[in-house]
Amino acid sequence: MTPDDIKRVVLDVLTRIAPEVDPASIQSGVSFRDQLDLDSMDFLNFVLALHDRLGVDIPEGDYPRLYTLDGAVAYLASKSVRAAAP
Amino acid sequence: MPSLGSDMEAGTLVQWLKHPGDAVKRGDIIAVVDTQKGAIEIEVFEEGVIESVQIKQGEKVPVGTVLAMIRGTGPERPRVPAATAPPSAPAREGPPTPAAVSAPQKRPHEEPSRLRVSPLARKLAADLGVDVTQVEGTGSGGAITREDVERAAAALKTSAAHKPSAPTARAGDMRAAIASAMARSKREIPHYYLSSTIDMSGSLAWLRAENEKRPVAERLLPVALLIKAVGLALREVPELNGYWIDGAFREGTGVHVGCAISLRGGGLVAPGLHDADRMDLGTLMRQLTDLVARARTGSLKSSDLADPTITVTNLGDQGAEAAFGIIYPPQVALVGFGKIAERPWVCSGKIEARPLLTATLSADHRATDGHRGGAFLAAVDRLLQAPEKL
Repeated sequence: MTPDDIKRVVLDVLTRIAPEVDPASIQSGVSFRDQLDLDSMDFLNFVLALHDRLGVDIPEGDYPRLYTLDGAVAYLASKSVRAAAP
Repeated sequence: MPSLGSDMEAGTLVQWLKHPGDAVKRGDIIAVVDTQKGAIEIEVFEEGVIESVQIKQGEKVPVGTVLAMIRGTGPERPRVPAATAPPSAPAREGPPTPAAVSAPQKRPHEEPSRLRVSPLARKLAADLGVDVTQVEGTGSGGAITREDVERAAAALKTSAAHKPSAPTARAGDMRAAIASAMARSKREIPHYYLSSTIDMSGSLAWLRAENEKRPVAERLLPVALLIKAVGLALREVPELNGYWIDGAFREGTGVHVGCAISLRGGGLVAPGLHDADRMDLGTLMRQLTDLVARARTGSLKSSDLADPTITVTNLGDQGAEAAFGIIYPPQVALVGFGKIAERPWVCSGKIEARPLLTATLSADHRATDGHRGGAFLAAVDRLLQAPEKL
């Protein structure tokens, strides 16, 4: 999966949680919570959906790395490369 | 028409899902009702056969109106009015106001009875201003799905004739309902307010260790611990758990914690977690996740809203330090939790940075005094110091 593919998945998951959000308006370096008004339950659902869609394990200690679009894509790219390795 | 909260005065019967001659049992969903809180699925609390329906689809009626008659299955069982609130629920205080009764009645198109629409699609149609009778269903058996409604809404948008946006009207209805209930609460309930600062280091450390062991889908949020602690503390101070009705306190038949859930786009509902004091944390978290998801997609059931015995509001995520709430009548107490944040805490004569939580209680002075309220907050604190026992 390329970073662009991962970004598409992240944006798709986010807009399912916050249907009123235009994915094009999401700023890459700003935390999702601040710009999308996500609460802790939304964030848990976000992590769960990424886990289901990408098959990566996301320990709770890594949650802060998923707070922004840039951070989430970089983190998930590193995890999925590792997951794909033999 | 069951009361789904003291702020509900009337509801519109959107669709009958059961018809005369159909057998029903406790828990079956027999109808969908549109309220100021959105589309709600109405459950039945009796067993028998539907003898007649008294209200037509599209009709708006006040709370308390008989919707259908059910004939009991046993020979001695009498006919009972169906779709009333469960037996443990509080009766709505006082008759409906004249304004509610004489309010203009919305009468949407009468639908052919064969029309099959899921509650979610119906809710979406209402929100998007789509007439479901004009939508072509592509689901199984021609059922109208969410996608069908979205397609129809997109087509409406491109036509010049589309109506003003319905979501605004829905949000306005909900604001009016909240305003009415909260104004009544402030008018009638002599509130007192208490607050207590709770050291959450033990709870959070336990939660971190616990979540490391749990798969993603079973991880817990701090709010699960808070709700469980409230449930258990209410066993110690039961006079905060129940209703003020007809000048007297009536204790709830269980601990049903209403959870204030904010909706995207504005508004708030407080459906209940039944028997929150008896659930293990995993079950409580699962049920809370389900409740939040259903509240936000407009698919709550009547039993979710009929009988919470107390409300918990958790504003923590928005960064507020404390929440002093307004009691949701006829309940007699509301518990507020603020943000868990590192602040200075004095421990054994030293100042340390600790994750602290401000817990508040708004309570009805007709039912309790500050002494008992204080005992309740102290119990919540004590319980949160031993999270492994929750």
